[in-house]
Amino acid sequence: MNKITLYRILAVAIPLALIELACRLGWINRLTLPPPSEMVVGLWGILKSGRMNAAMLETLRNVIVAFAGSVVAGIAAGALVHGVAPVRRLLEPLFSTYYAVPIYGFYPLFIVMFGLGDKPEILIGFMLAVVAVITATLAGLDGVPRVLVKTARVLRLGPVRTAWQVTLPYAAPQLFTGVKLAAAYSFIGVIGAEFIMSQSGLGYEIRFAYDNLDNNVMYPLILLVLVVAVAMNGALDAWDRRLRERRRAGR
Amino acid sequence: MNLLKLPGASAALLVLILLVAWQLTFMAVGAVAIASPAATFAYLAQHLADLGPHIWATGQAFLYALAIAIAGGLVLGLATGLSATAAETAEPLLLAANSIPKIALYPVVLLLFGIGLPAKVAFGAIHGVIPVAIFTMNAARGVPPVLLKTAAVLRLSPMDRIRSILLPSALPEVLTGVRLGFSLTLIGTILGEMFGSQSGLGYLLMTSIGLQNTQIIMAVTVLLIAFAAIVSTALLAWERRLRRRR
Repeated sequence: MNKITLYRILAVAIPLALIELACRLGWINRLTLPPPSEMVVGLWGILKSGRMNAAMLETLRNVIVAFAGSVVAGIAAGALVHGVAPVRRLLEPLFSTYYAVPIYGFYPLFIVMFGLGDKPEILIGFMLAVVAVITATLAGLDGVPRVLVKTARVLRLGPVRTAWQVTLPYAAPQLFTGVKLAAAYSFIGVIGAEFIMSQSGLGYEIRFAYDNLDNNVMYPLILLVLVVAVAMNGALDAWDRRLRERRRAGR
Repeated sequence: MNLLKLPGASAALLVLILLVAWQLTFMAVGAVAIASPAATFAYLAQHLADLGPHIWATGQAFLYALAIAIAGGLVLGLATGLSATAAETAEPLLLAANSIPKIALYPVVLLLFGIGLPAKVAFGAIHGVIPVAIFTMNAARGVPPVLLKTAAVLRLSPMDRIRSILLPSALPEVLTGVRLGFSLTLIGTILGEMFGSQSGLGYLLMTSIGLQNTQIIMAVTVLLIAFAAIVSTALLAWERRLRRRR
């Protein structure tokens, strides 16, 4: 194990151990925060009993739909906007201030429009994610050398084939940054929407347990959400690094 | 098309397009789902004074949260960015922390702080602190080594080193982090008010959702968007000016 990995493990383990200790010694009221080890045991029990499986599957499905939709729509919209300079100039201020807008403010509107259920939750996840993909696509396409675009023109490739076979593959590493953000944002959006107002899903279960002061369910589920988010981020990160290394080796 | 090149013209056109889209949505879904632009602005013109206490409550919580997020992010970012080992250790941890749905932590924040101002501030700050830290860390890492060596030769004290070398060199990138941190802190504060308080724009939003009062929902949303867009555009302009000066 190298030194950095060891430091990283310590940077997570030491605070966790301190929290565990503080809980065990009674410095932190266990109604406020139970010891982390008990959360793990509680989570194990919940996973084994299978009573959260439906909620987990539903949240997962909605996150995947929001994520896939935002990646496809974001890359397509990014490529389109990149091609038409006046439209890009028009939309640039929208993209740069987009993440200052509290997207959750639109959630009630979506509920009234689509009814309480999967659709408004997916839409929130999608809206949170899509602009990250668009801006990453724009940044990636900006970096494509002119000579590649000119070669495509000489070969008489149409705009769609140029994007599909030349510019988008060249911009792939930048696109992947957007894809990583989209995964995190879809997850954040769906869980948030479920938490604010819904009838099912992991976010709803956390809210329900919180409203009923059911710490034995709430803390394990919070732990589950944290673990899933961190694991997803870590997996995408590892994949990203592998792709970049392969590209570097290929040149 | 040449009109578009005037400063602010494309922004004005964008606002116009968004207003038209809003009006069309209203015409498609009706007043039960969304208030029309006209009704919203009429409400704002009439009741802005009533919103005053809520705006004040949110503004106060937001400013505290932003101050904590920026200060915390700068300290965390500088502490990790100044050593290669610390930066390499911290980077994936910070990125992972950034991808966590912080709303899931809300019950914990509320149990720790109770309902009221401290919970709102804490919730706003945990949203904003990480982007500031990530960008500050990368900015500190990106300071040209020759500048740091010069500082060592001149035997600058750590405080002087930060003030006269690090901050000027890292400022544009730190500003990017502050801009993102600003947005996220605002969202976090509003979210915090939606569940854990009896005042503020988030609280108003949440009660209006319950009452299906679309006028208030849209009025609050417009206020928040306008505030966020203006501040974030100003920060972006400042950032671009600093980068150009290089």
